[in-house]
Amino acid sequence: MKIPLKYTLRNFKSRRLTTAITVLGIALVVFVFAAVLMMAHGIQKTLVATGSQDNVIIARKSANGEISSIIVRSDYNTILTLPHIAKSSEGKPLISGETVVIINLPKRSGGLSNVCVRGVALEAFTLRPQVKIIEGRMFTAGAREIIVGSSIAKNFEGAGIGKTVEFGGNTWTIVGRFDGGGSAFDSEMWGDNDQLQDAFNRRGGYSTVTFKLDQPDAFNAFKAAFDREPRLQQFEPKPEQTFFAEQSENMTLFIRILGIFITIVFSFGSTIGAMITMYAAVANRTVEVGTLRALGFRRRSILSAFLSESLVIAFIGGVFGLLLASVLQFFSISMLNFQSFSELEFSFALSPSIIGWSMFFSLTMGLLGGFLPAVRAARLNIVNALRSA
Amino acid sequence: MRVLKLIFKNSLRHKLRTSLTILGLAIAVMAFGVLRTVLDMWNEGVEAAAANRLIARQAVSFIFPLPYSYRDKIAKIPGVETVSFANWFQGVYIDKNNFFARMAVDPETFFSVYPELLVNQKEFETFKQERNSCIVGAEIAKQYGFKIGDVIPIEGDIYPGKWEFVVRGIYQPRDKSTDATQMLFHWTYIDERIKQDMPGRAGQVGWYIIKIKDPAQAASISEQVDALFKNSPNATKTETERAFTQSFISGLNSLLQAMNFVSFIIIGIIMLVLGNTMIMSARERTREYAVLKTLGFSAGHLVGLILGESLLIAALGAGLGLLTTYPIVAGISAVMPKGFFPYFFVTPTTIILGASAALLVGFTASIFPIQRALRTRIVDGLRFLG
Repeated sequence: MKIPLKYTLRNFKSRRLTTAITVLGIALVVFVFAAVLMMAHGIQKTLVATGSQDNVIIARKSANGEISSIIVRSDYNTILTLPHIAKSSEGKPLISGETVVIINLPKRSGGLSNVCVRGVALEAFTLRPQVKIIEGRMFTAGAREIIVGSSIAKNFEGAGIGKTVEFGGNTWTIVGRFDGGGSAFDSEMWGDNDQLQDAFNRRGGYSTVTFKLDQPDAFNAFKAAFDREPRLQQFEPKPEQTFFAEQSENMTLFIRILGIFITIVFSFGSTIGAMITMYAAVANRTVEVGTLRALGFRRRSILSAFLSESLVIAFIGGVFGLLLASVLQFFSISMLNFQSFSELEFSFALSPSIIGWSMFFSLTMGLLGGFLPAVRAARLNIVNALRSA
Repeated sequence: MRVLKLIFKNSLRHKLRTSLTILGLAIAVMAFGVLRTVLDMWNEGVEAAAANRLIARQAVSFIFPLPYSYRDKIAKIPGVETVSFANWFQGVYIDKNNFFARMAVDPETFFSVYPELLVNQKEFETFKQERNSCIVGAEIAKQYGFKIGDVIPIEGDIYPGKWEFVVRGIYQPRDKSTDATQMLFHWTYIDERIKQDMPGRAGQVGWYIIKIKDPAQAASISEQVDALFKNSPNATKTETERAFTQSFISGLNSLLQAMNFVSFIIIGIIMLVLGNTMIMSARERTREYAVLKTLGFSAGHLVGLILGESLLIAALGAGLGLLTTYPIVAGISAVMPKGFFPYFFVTPTTIILGASAALLVGFTASIFPIQRALRTRIVDGLRFLG
């Protein structure tokens, strides 16, 4: 016969403080666990959103990021001869040689940080339809004008429209603000490629080259043609999405490893907390357990009653922790991505798998914490249990 | 003395519970220690910076180079002892996972501005004479098994092409906080090849390292350096090495703050575990406390009993936790790539912080049960049923 769940729930009332403390302990662990996974997921999501499926980016094979890649003009011209590069309605190839540099700007929260400045051709806007001007206007080709991503405008001092920024021996006027649709472009400044190359003494050298494929599935065909070209052996084409997703690898790995180590250790603390609570619950209810057994309840029922008590505690703790963590979705963080060495804004992102893992994690804590005490309760001898007072 | 004995006996009454609590505390304190060590790792680079070194870099961003010609101009400023320079070479050794700092430096002056990099004189002389030679840090020499005479092939990215360097020396770190994971080679060797391949980029220096005679003059010399080049296309930004390193990690501020926050959540969890145990123990002993009061023991005795037990358990847990921090940190630093994390060791501050946190937890955890024990009237206490 099963012991009704009501018995379990009523028990919480009689020892409110201890139960609340245990729930809180588990909630804290689940909160940290979920927050860490959400942070890593947020970075990944932002960088994956940066690349489009049917764009290809070419960079130097050995380069870790865009800033350490160099493609000189003659190599760019060789790339232009390759097949599968999409053309616009006017027959111009949809390709953008881009120069990526980093400049220092003061953050609103204090200190300097690195901002990625991208010199683009007008084709860049066709290649990245997610980038839209939301305030002001486009930069004029041939003028020292730049447009800034919405995160830059938000997080950096003096990055509003009409303001000027000094770099490369010139004064640049900010003429527009663009929205990058939650991608890493939100954390960049864009300007005319020729002007930027000029200012940074990089004439004739791009950092990377991005183009659109003429058919979405033509990447392998393109890569085969690319690999046959002996002059391009130092370079490597990658789907844009893969390229940017790789930019998040080091950072997310670091956060995940550190975070999971911390939470596993934390969870020991909380499991022990749950164990202490459950042992006390068993010790205090020895007479009750004896009575239940005398009434005819089986050892198995006692075991499952105590186990479900601890699982309910863990469940409540897990839900509570997840609720706390889900509030984090409203916050975004701007920090240095050490792979691209520039500032990146991202928000904490919850995913069904994070919810699943967090609940699994908290129930495991409850199960481990409750198992030994439940076994002790189930193994009590009826007579001795009734006699202990 | 009697109270001490009672405290001791009390804590042994529920051996299982007490040992579980101590274990929980120990694990949490250990986690706290490891986390603080990771945090310290970032700050250690700042600590290692010398006060008599200034770094001059391109004002816009350190990714832009400065002309080599600045060297003599800086050297003429009074108070400047030595001017050295370096270039961030980066490149790839075998594959991208083998990361360590690779820099092109001035062989004559670099080691004199960084006296904490110890090279033996004979190795140093050979290094100076051979253009394509390099000196590697002891840490990476150990990790990759580099020996004198080995050739290290590097695939260039910022400096495109295939490069080869012959190991002519291995430097030892002078202090614990010295970075022993760098690979250093001749700037002229790189520059000569760049002159042929990309003439526009020749004669460029990544940053200048300026050793000054008197650290007190740091601010005024920095200003003088920057004033020299203010109106040129390559303006400089000069600051102490410490400020320079600090600006490097400031980008990671949010992450560091999050970790700092988490390390304090740990303390919260310790508090919950110990608090829970103390509340339970005190609750079970409600009747005993009433008996003690009846026998004439004062409130002070009760406070001493509960607080003492709480502190005893906290101290045992913290002690165990701090002891285990060392092997855990050693284990982590053994598996982590040295090139990424050159400064990974437990600092005394971590130990002090961990110990005082445990002490604080011991105090706080006893507040609630003490309050309860003092408030309960003798009659109610004697009547109390578990």
